[in-house]
Amino acid sequence: MSDPTISALALTELPTKASMFKPHRIVLMAIAALLVFCVIWFMRWDWVPKYSDRLVHGVGVTLLMLFSTSILGFFLAVPIGLVQVTGPWPLKVAARVFCTVIRGTPLLLQLWLLYYGLGSLFPQFPGIRSSFLWPYLREAWPYGVAALTLSFAAYEGEVMRGAFAGVPPGELEAARAYGMSPFTVFRRIWLPRAVHRALPTLNGETVLQLKATPLVATITVIDLYAVISKVRQETYITYEPLLLLALIYLCLTAILVVAFRYFESRIPTRGA
Amino acid sequence: MADAGSLINWSLLAFDPPGWGGVMLAGLWQSLQIAVGGYTLGLILGTGGAMGKLYGGPVTKDLLEIYTTLVRAVPELVLILILYYAGTDVLNQFSALVGFGPVDISGLAAGIFVIGVVQGAYSTEVLRGAIKAVPAGQIEAARAYGMAPTQIMRRITLPAMLPHAIPGLSNLWLIATKDTALLAVVGFSELTLVTRQAAGSTKAYLLFFCAAGVLYLMITLVSNVLIGLIERHYRRGMARAA
Amino acid sequence: MKSALKTIALAAAIGLAAVSGAAAQQVRVGFAAEPYPPFTSPDASGNWQGWEVDFMKAICAEAKLDCVITPVAWDGIIPALTTNKIDMIIGSMSVTAERQQTIDFSDKYYNSLPGVIGPKDVKFEPTPEGLNGKTLGVQVATIHQVYANKYFAPAGVTVKEYQTQDEANNDLAAGRIDAVQADSVAMLEFLKSEQGAACCDMKGMVKDDPEVLGLGVGVGLRKGETELKDKINAAIKAIRANGTYDTFSKKYFDFDIYGG
Repeated sequence: MSDPTISALALTELPTKASMFKPHRIVLMAIAALLVFCVIWFMRWDWVPKYSDRLVHGVGVTLLMLFSTSILGFFLAVPIGLVQVTGPWPLKVAARVFCTVIRGTPLLLQLWLLYYGLGSLFPQFPGIRSSFLWPYLREAWPYGVAALTLSFAAYEGEVMRGAFAGVPPGELEAARAYGMSPFTVFRRIWLPRAVHRALPTLNGETVLQLKATPLVATITVIDLYAVISKVRQETYITYEPLLLLALIYLCLTAILVVAFRYFESRIPTRGA
Repeated sequence: MADAGSLINWSLLAFDPPGWGGVMLAGLWQSLQIAVGGYTLGLILGTGGAMGKLYGGPVTKDLLEIYTTLVRAVPELVLILILYYAGTDVLNQFSALVGFGPVDISGLAAGIFVIGVVQGAYSTEVLRGAIKAVPAGQIEAARAYGMAPTQIMRRITLPAMLPHAIPGLSNLWLIATKDTALLAVVGFSELTLVTRQAAGSTKAYLLFFCAAGVLYLMITLVSNVLIGLIERHYRRGMARAA
Repeated sequence: MKSALKTIALAAAIGLAAVSGAAAQQVRVGFAAEPYPPFTSPDASGNWQGWEVDFMKAICAEAKLDCVITPVAWDGIIPALTTNKIDMIIGSMSVTAERQQTIDFSDKYYNSLPGVIGPKDVKFEPTPEGLNGKTLGVQVATIHQVYANKYFAPAGVTVKEYQTQDEANNDLAAGRIDAVQADSVAMLEFLKSEQGAACCDMKGMVKDDPEVLGLGVGVGLRKGETELKDKINAAIKAIRANGTYDTFSKKYFDFDIYGG
């Protein structure tokens, strides 16, 4: 997926502070403040204190899911991108098929395939059931982590392929001319340059990954979305919990965008 | 435990009962209808949105900015839940206010509406980017020829932006087909939900989920071929991208 | 520009309404879009069948209603009713005081006790002590969830909540949880299935608590729709009296599902 498309799907920048003080914006903000006041005043929020602990825990699980799967997925994306550029053809084909299949099917389906499909297959082998892995395979989160990681790896793998292919050949030749071994060339020139080129897409991909995390609630992982679902079921309130949920995700996205902007400003981009 | 042989009981996929193939194809048809409807609605909203964002007044611009920001920052699943319950509720109250009385909103229409609103924000951004990529000189030249704004739109901006918009719009189409799966969470009988029902009834989870995966993959692959053809058509005369 | 946008929005709204406005004077009957045998389950031709579907048909014929089956997600079934997506719930929903704050119920049309099932090779009692340290699966937004969280969770039982009953059963068979609490009739049906018979057996009924478990299953209705409610109540009485209820019940059960 190209860079502009990602930013069309995921929020990647925030408005500047100075632009907030145009006359019409002040009017709009007054209207918004009135709306917020109405929402707070006329809707029911008495359930929030009762669930606040669980909500905080849910946010924690969501963030843990987001970061663990993004980092794992990125490490997986590097070899997936690399073999598509230089690998022997069986690996190349395997990586292409992997990316096509993961990107061509809904994540929800992949998640259910792993959890209910594989999950119902495992116990049929007594070896797995008595192995040390079983306590983990019993839980839901490993399947959630696996599905989200694979998904991130497939999307970021495409980016890494382009990044590896886009490193100027002259730089690699220069490295070789210095007598570096192929592995040293990869470790010291090719990989850092490719990762550097892929960094700008990480912001969008990470926001997209955050937007994908609530799906794990459908396989009994208690993330933020699942906590809100519980509120809805226990209190029979329909809209308020969903509004709060949207607000929390909005804040999480904004924090991510700010954090990425901070890191991007610290990484020199000259010549990238 | 069920014997492993039941996992590859192909007769479960037969088109006629007791096979579930027919039900799955019906689900696929529902998914495609929602995807096409939602994508089209999204394009309409997106065209209006992109125009508004580029040429509208300051208030229009800000309101559209809020719309696209919200949709791009909040998970689709959450948006779908909110729109599915609130959207139709608001429409009902609105029509009651106007005097139509409550409208029956079919699941299909609600699904199209929900996917359409989400897609609308995405296409707003894609189209806005594409329109901005049209060199300002071309539009100025058209203006110098005395063309009316609508004429410039129809004869210069739209044709010139299409090559820039097609990659993004084709991604959006693929996303629309996959986002229909999220409607399973609100109980809409599209492909993913009927697959789960079939899998739950027969306990052949792997078989049915893989079969549904193949169907989704087919949509993607067929779409990719068509997109390639469309892209080639509209990229005539353009320099090859480096 | 703004007016153009408004026109588009309005056209879209009217278009959507027109697409769907054709059907009128129908009663949309909602239940969970998942296999829940023997009450409601989809068959391979895409139709729904089961005891509750038969009950619905009998009621609708008796009350002369044009009923349309509209499966929805169980965890959103009450919002679906209150936001006009469905008009009735005939989905094994127990009448509880808590639900009655939000929706209305008809008279009960069946009643059964909650049971607990577990793996054959493990013996335990369906009590807080017997389940201590175990993981118990329940379906969300059910009386079983409320009951398990009230009695079992404080006693050291991990309560795992599932979107659908089918998923809880499946995870029990897969060994991911140690027990499932649910309606005993649905559990007995599961234990008759190939998967259920292979893995599990009934551990017994939980101790009754009418406040949580309610007084039987009723038809869920929007508040204030007394006319429909009266029709349904009359129809339930009529099919109980004229034998229709017993006729279709005999196809599924060898006991009296109506309960005491």
